[in-house]
Amino acid sequence: MKTDTRHKGYILGCILLIFAQTVLAKTWTVCNSCGHSSIKQTIQLANAHDTLLVQKGMYREFEILVDKPLYIKGIGYPIVDGEKKGEIFQIRSDGVTLDGLFIINVGVSYTKDNAAIRVIRSKDFLIQNMVLEQLFFGIYLEKSSHGKVYHNRIIGEAVDEYNSGNGIQLWYSSDIEVTKNHVQGTRDGIYLEFSDQITITGNTSMDNLRYGLHFMFSDHDVYTQNTFENNGAGVAVMFSKFITMKNNTFRKNWGTAAYGMLLKEINDAEITGNTFEENTIGINIEGSNRIDYSNNDFIGNGWAIRVIGACYTNTFKGNNFLYNSFDISYNSKLNDNVFEGNFWSSYTGYDLDRNGIGDVPYRPVKLFSYVVNRTPETIVLLRSLFMDIIDFSERVSPVFTPDNLKDDQPLMKIRS
Amino acid sequence: MLKILKYSFYDLIRSRWSYIYFLFYLTLGFVLLFLNNDVSKAVITLMNVIIVLIPLIGTIFGVMYYYNSREFTELLLAQPIKRSSIFMGQYFGVAGSLALSLVLGLGIPFVLYGLLRSNAIFDFSLLLVTGAFLTFIFVALSFVIAISNENKIKGFGYAVLLWLFLAVVYDGLFLMSLIVFEEYPLDTFSLVATMLNPIDLSRILILLKLDISALLGYTGAIFKKFFGTDLGFLVSMGILLLWTVVPILGLGHKAKRKDF
Repeated sequence: MKTDTRHKGYILGCILLIFAQTVLAKTWTVCNSCGHSSIKQTIQLANAHDTLLVQKGMYREFEILVDKPLYIKGIGYPIVDGEKKGEIFQIRSDGVTLDGLFIINVGVSYTKDNAAIRVIRSKDFLIQNMVLEQLFFGIYLEKSSHGKVYHNRIIGEAVDEYNSGNGIQLWYSSDIEVTKNHVQGTRDGIYLEFSDQITITGNTSMDNLRYGLHFMFSDHDVYTQNTFENNGAGVAVMFSKFITMKNNTFRKNWGTAAYGMLLKEINDAEITGNTFEENTIGINIEGSNRIDYSNNDFIGNGWAIRVIGACYTNTFKGNNFLYNSFDISYNSKLNDNVFEGNFWSSYTGYDLDRNGIGDVPYRPVKLFSYVVNRTPETIVLLRSLFMDIIDFSERVSPVFTPDNLKDDQPLMKIRS
Repeated sequence: MLKILKYSFYDLIRSRWSYIYFLFYLTLGFVLLFLNNDVSKAVITLMNVIIVLIPLIGTIFGVMYYYNSREFTELLLAQPIKRSSIFMGQYFGVAGSLALSLVLGLGIPFVLYGLLRSNAIFDFSLLLVTGAFLTFIFVALSFVIAISNENKIKGFGYAVLLWLFLAVVYDGLFLMSLIVFEEYPLDTFSLVATMLNPIDLSRILILLKLDISALLGYTGAIFKKFFGTDLGFLVSMGILLLWTVVPILGLGHKAKRKDF
């Protein structure tokens, strides 16, 4: 009973607070023809917690500093044109909301990372429904936390890596949700550096010059249900711990140096339910330990999984390997990883006791992929009769490939 | 020469070999396209068949035909006809009919399945051109072997050995040398070694045209840089042509000297 009254008190207090704010907060209308025609000047006039309604029109402004908690909303997608002169929005206050603006022409610089929207040391921000085009950097979060980047469209026209920026960049930030954004044609679609507890959900990152998603030194992050398609080098996850990747799709990252996903120095991660389709290399793994790969689909990749070295105690369970040129490539004779209960489309064994598990173990490493790892030039013998013959003989009695690298319980039917 | 060519050609048709060969490719083409309706994927599967089967069939057929028509050849030799035209006529008759069976047998199903509307048409025509080249090369080589060996068993043996060498053993030696000399830069070596073997050359030419070429990685980039240019394409076609012309000249030379 006592706790109940206290709760009631809290709720009442909250309502009063909100009421007070709505009474005190003023709404400013910014438009080309009315009194306030400049966003910058209106922000200076406004008090904290005011609302700015930016009417449809063209605003040629840059370096707009938002230094107090404001709600800035565009009506009918007003265009903010930076005329390639520099940065456009800079947020240096907690509790800022940007909604529904169309920002174009961010200045390209070789000394400064100009962004369409930069958030500096702020909390509780919300950036949503923005459209960014002709940009250098898109949304740049710097030492900020507890914010949301929701449903933005970032479309760049990056041609060269040296003079293009990233779509959404998080640097020393934490506890941020990046949800339902669409990023294309930038250098790295989404880039995280030293950013922890980030949730990345339902984004689409495609046609980027380098990586669709790029992680560096960022721990305890979760990314789910994203689609990464046709990026120059796919997705790179490097030097991070405790990452969870679920139900993402990596498609058509095809090229001589492209990967669906590149893992380097990743420990204790969970990779579940993802689809890797038509990538040159599905997952490229280097120096990554204690990772749980389960229920993923590898379809039509050049290499489904390529293990470069120093990968221990990883488990691969219940994955589907379908029609990849090479299922697994492995460069050493030592194996400490477990392959169990996967479905391999090139498995030719039988199941006499009809329990759904093949009676003969499957060896996923072809001799050819072993040889190619040793001497990369030998790849010119791809699809020659000779390689087929020695692959067959190696499969019958392994000499070169690690003989404990096998799936003892290969599934007879595809895991659905 | 044309008359003999025509005779050999019709002889093969009458003996139904051309039909069988033609029907084989026709069914192969239809089955492939029936199983997966994607023209460009069928091209990859077809490549595997072409680089192995065409040389084998060309070799065996060439040797067989030569030994089989020996009596007729001797009859012709008694007539006032130039020796070179007798053998050339026979050679072009056999190789021409095999190549025609291949082109028609594969061409018809692919055209029916909408090759002309797909963008795989260039890859496909490259496939047919290299296939035809391989036919001409291996029939010529087998004729040279057959004319140099009176003993049929020996002739057959050498011919099969030649196929085995170019299709399998050569790649084995190639692989060994790549591994032995892995410390050295091997790009030029692998490029040259590929060019020297018509089977490898055809394989690489077709592979580079397909999506799968991305798997070749950095070595593939060097190959692409070479074969992708007009010069590289002309050089490789020139080498295929050389592989055809040299055995034919050898055949003419052998035919002139031989004492029947």
